[in-house]
Amino acid sequence: MRMFNISAAPHIRQSTTTAGIMRDVSLSLLPALAIGIYYIGGRAFMITVLAIAGAMLSELIYEKILHMPSTLHDGSAFVTGLLLAMNLPGTVPFYIPLVGSAFAIIVVKMLFGGLGHNFMNPALGGRVFLLISFARIMTDFNFDGVTTATPLARLAAGESVPLKEMILGTGAGCIGETCALALLAGAAYLLIRRVITLRIPATYIITFAIFVLLFGGHGFDVEFLVAQLCGGGLILGAFFMATDYVTSPITAKGQIIFGILLGILTGIFRFFGSAEEGVSYAIIFGNLLVPLIERITMPVPFGREGKKNGK
Amino acid sequence: MSGCIERLYNGLIKENPTFVLMLGMCPTLATTTSAINALGMGLTTLAVLAFSNLVISILRKAIPDGVRIPAYIVIVATLVTIVQMLLQAYLPSLNKSLGIYIPLIVVNCIILGRAESYASQNPPHLSFFDGIGMGLGFTMGLTSIGIFRELLGSGTIFNFRIMPAAFEPVSIFVMAPGAFFVLAALTAVLNRLKGLPEDGVKSETTIGCGGSCSTCTDSHCLANHDKLLEEEGQV
Repeated sequence: MRMFNISAAPHIRQSTTTAGIMRDVSLSLLPALAIGIYYIGGRAFMITVLAIAGAMLSELIYEKILHMPSTLHDGSAFVTGLLLAMNLPGTVPFYIPLVGSAFAIIVVKMLFGGLGHNFMNPALGGRVFLLISFARIMTDFNFDGVTTATPLARLAAGESVPLKEMILGTGAGCIGETCALALLAGAAYLLIRRVITLRIPATYIITFAIFVLLFGGHGFDVEFLVAQLCGGGLILGAFFMATDYVTSPITAKGQIIFGILLGILTGIFRFFGSAEEGVSYAIIFGNLLVPLIERITMPVPFGREGKKNGK
Repeated sequence: MSGCIERLYNGLIKENPTFVLMLGMCPTLATTTSAINALGMGLTTLAVLAFSNLVISILRKAIPDGVRIPAYIVIVATLVTIVQMLLQAYLPSLNKSLGIYIPLIVVNCIILGRAESYASQNPPHLSFFDGIGMGLGFTMGLTSIGIFRELLGSGTIFNFRIMPAAFEPVSIFVMAPGAFFVLAALTAVLNRLKGLPEDGVKSETTIGCGGSCSTCTDSHCLANHDKLLEEEGQV
């Protein structure tokens, strides 16, 4: 019988695996996706299937060509495809999810060394690529067969939007962003499973709310505030995209700075930019600043406090 | 004469300024939105490069070492002014679409680079052909980037419609990010092609990277480097 196990650090291991986390994230996205498919119809389902298939195929082919071991089983390509699909309008032609997921996987993720080395969220990278390339297609929303403006566009035009519409998901928007209630249910699941912490989403949303009150141009208008929070991709972005382990800071302090930064950026893009939505750009911009945030929030080793640069 | 041909080959393939030396990135990224602009920029630079190399090489013993850079700039600026006046007279539309990038050829680092590293040390005829080779390499690089960007971003090549009407232009390719994507992709393809042994003989080393440090990346590099040293030690 061996009494002592002598080995190098780390000694404490968890049973969590990448595949397990990705399974949890996929499960938590299902309610919002189901609502999207229910309201938009079979087209939304096809887009989701194509995006996921595109992402997984791209990873498979890339790894085959470069003779790399397959990483398909970790599920990250599946989640990338799923998230990308949820960020697409239900009206896009079927080649859009394929092009987007191929770009997300090959250019944003694999070229930089695969999962863990990508510097920006692959799904958002894919979405922004599509948004810049096919601006007209990517902003063509319709609901129940009628082309409609998104809640945010209507808010920007000075109309008011019934809150019920945004909470229940009966407004226009991308497949997975319309129903705030379903997204929050998924987020709650992730929080309970401890896949994500509240640090980034909470600081993000609170900072953005303060920004709306200060610069939104509506003063202290609760209805406008809640509409800004529930409309567009804020909830989807804050809970599911900004919390991506690879592209967000590691330390608690860093995560808080990251959340505040995202809130301010989203506010600037929404109220002072030319488009009414700015969550994807804000998160991508934040992703690029993560290495700098990590540098200024690097913890000082015990006993080195008060000495400059830990020397 | 063989020296001259060697210079042309060197500029076009071996030390291609766009894909190998990575010089002159500013015009490369800015003027390749269409194949015709890219070709125009390449040929304009070619003309300036060939004659600046020639003049600098002729004057190489007359130019004092301490003020050689200002002297080169004066020569290049004179040539650029001549070329721009010619463009304004005979190709006003090209001159208009290239705009500020024509005067900026004065500070193009390929031109100063060749003046400093080649023309100032070599006889005029070789320098002239070095300029033509480098210029052709630059033209080829720019034009191939321009062709891909125009094809994907507008569905045309040299303004001829190539893609079917149903093709939705990927407009990111005519914007700045597209230039980086196409440049990177073409450089990668070229490196892959050049990485293969020219004579078809397999590389002698057993290391995955083939002993070429240009293809090395992060963590593999150290391990490969050690193995390389080991092998060299045995030989």
